[in-house]
Amino acid sequence: MVKYLAKRIFYIILTLFIVATVTFFLMKIMPGTPFANQQKLPPAQQAQLAAQYGLNKPVWEQYLLYLVGLLHGNFGVSYQFSNQPVSYLIGSRIWVSIQLGAEAMVVGVLLGLIIGAIGAIRAGSWVDTSATIVSILGVSIPSFVLAVLLQVYIGLDTRILPIAGWGGFEYTILPMLALAAQPLAETARFMRTEMVDVLNSDYIELAKAKGLSKYGVIYHHALRNSLIPIVTIVGPLAVNIMTGSMVVENIFSIPGIGDQFVKSIMTNDYPTIMGLTIVYCLMLCVVLLITDILYGIIDPRIRITDSK
Amino acid sequence: MENKDDVLEVRNLKINFKTYAGDVKAIRDVSFDLKKGETLAIVGESGSGKTVTTRSIMGLLANNAVVAGGKIEFHDQNLLKLGRKQMDGIRGRDIAEIFQDPMTSLDPTMKICRQIAEPLIIHKGMKREKAMAQALEMMKLVGIEDAEHRINNYPHQFSGGMRQRIVIAIALVNRPEILIADEPTTALDVTIQAQILRLMKELQEKINTSIIFITHDLGVVAGMADRVAVMYAGKIVEYGTVDEIFYNPKHPYTWGLLSSMPTLDTKSETLPSIPGTPPDLLDPPKGDAFAARNKYALKIDTEKQPPFFKVSPTHYAATWLLDPKAPKVTPPEQIIERQKHFAQLTKKTQKQNLNKHINEQEEQL
Repeated sequence: MVKYLAKRIFYIILTLFIVATVTFFLMKIMPGTPFANQQKLPPAQQAQLAAQYGLNKPVWEQYLLYLVGLLHGNFGVSYQFSNQPVSYLIGSRIWVSIQLGAEAMVVGVLLGLIIGAIGAIRAGSWVDTSATIVSILGVSIPSFVLAVLLQVYIGLDTRILPIAGWGGFEYTILPMLALAAQPLAETARFMRTEMVDVLNSDYIELAKAKGLSKYGVIYHHALRNSLIPIVTIVGPLAVNIMTGSMVVENIFSIPGIGDQFVKSIMTNDYPTIMGLTIVYCLMLCVVLLITDILYGIIDPRIRITDSK
Repeated sequence: MENKDDVLEVRNLKINFKTYAGDVKAIRDVSFDLKKGETLAIVGESGSGKTVTTRSIMGLLANNAVVAGGKIEFHDQNLLKLGRKQMDGIRGRDIAEIFQDPMTSLDPTMKICRQIAEPLIIHKGMKREKAMAQALEMMKLVGIEDAEHRINNYPHQFSGGMRQRIVIAIALVNRPEILIADEPTTALDVTIQAQILRLMKELQEKINTSIIFITHDLGVVAGMADRVAVMYAGKIVEYGTVDEIFYNPKHPYTWGLLSSMPTLDTKSETLPSIPGTPPDLLDPPKGDAFAARNKYALKIDTEKQPPFFKVSPTHYAATWLLDPKAPKVTPPEQIIERQKHFAQLTKKTQKQNLNKHINEQEEQL
């Protein structure tokens, strides 16, 4: 297990390096400079600023300098957000995004599992049909549309929950729902399909032949086996939430990194773009690592052992 | 129960499956008995209703199945009339089942000791440790080597043969009165088949259970069963002791089945087969269902279903050929060979008995 983890961490670092490199050069290809669109600075001052941040050097030199900075744990200084260090900028906002993302993930996946399982157990009934409709809606409605609908019909009309901003838990509910819809729908869809398969399998037949009750069969044998493929989609779902959060945070004026990411791209804030890309990439790698470990816990056939 | 020796009596069982096209009459008036400690083999081709029959005994019919008539009597109660809870209580305790494919019939994510112990925990309310200890005993009994170390293994760590042993352990852990084995060796390779069959016979003697053995492999039947019932198109067409069915078959369908089984004496290049396919059970034929494929069919076969004719007190066959008014037909060559063999066998055993008798008398002198 230790050996496996060490290997995985090495690969994560390699992935981060490749992503950082590709992003760096892509970013440089983008038209515009960080200062061209700001307060209409005269060209002389723009050149002075470029020199100050080392932007007049050849691209490969900038790249090497950036890498050296990264190795020292230095993400650079933001051009836009009042010259704050990028690490401070991210550090002060990331927990908001993680809280929102984790809430959406947990609620989405758990509700999805429950809805999917009920659909499978009552396959063909009206319960199943309505569950299917819910998941089709969830998959096809983009999170930003749902976000606006929630704001209008729940935030504005009933005024039960705040429309936007970031305060206590109640502020997280609407954006969380907007983000959770897609994972919920995907999970429900996968869970239903998988569980229908599992419920028709030979070992469920054997479990029934043992004299287990209907719910005993589901609880002891069907659930765990249905979960195996669900773990596979947790990674992509996390990506879904991360990308969704960029728009949803904007709509709900939530001070998270998603909102910051969008703004930094619009203003060519190179160090912030780089820093956030690396952070997003790292979060995704960690989620994937966790799902791979989860696999082993749920399915003994792919358990990682050091013996071989 | 009509007979004291019986553990199970199936009477006039009729089962239909509701489909969009109409009712498929899968089981059409099936009756049989299972005696204490015996092995009854039910043979027939795919779709003849073997499995549906056993499913109905287990109370595990598909949702679209309708029991259209009959009864299944076990301990003076009709299993077809029991509620779900009561049936859960019988399944796995009094009646257990072994399935065809050991590769898929074990839960891949549960340790095998837990899987073997589960019926004990459900039916006997046993504490975990005690159930586990008994599961270990059972593993040893079915011949899993190094059972103490393998108790915490998962199914994927065992070979097909070993997995079928585990399935047998699960089925027999509560010492059921009836064991239903639905093609238990079909998915195994031949050398393993023999081991599993031997194990089943051994255990049957140890725990004195009755076995209903479903198969389409007549070769397996010969070594395993005491009695054989041949099913065709949802009906039993002939039943009798193993020797009676193998060496003195009366129904043309049984002739066909036996002729299409190669033996060491088979000389011809091609293996005979039964022409045609079984009838559509959405609309079963009025007369004998086998008539269309039967070259010995009589006119009456297409008009009226044949009743069972008695061949011996243990041997019955449903074919008009046994009617006193029916013309005499000569069965296929293979079957005549078998009947000759049967005659030789009986002579040999008689001779052996005689020799034994003489020896005994000589010893006495």
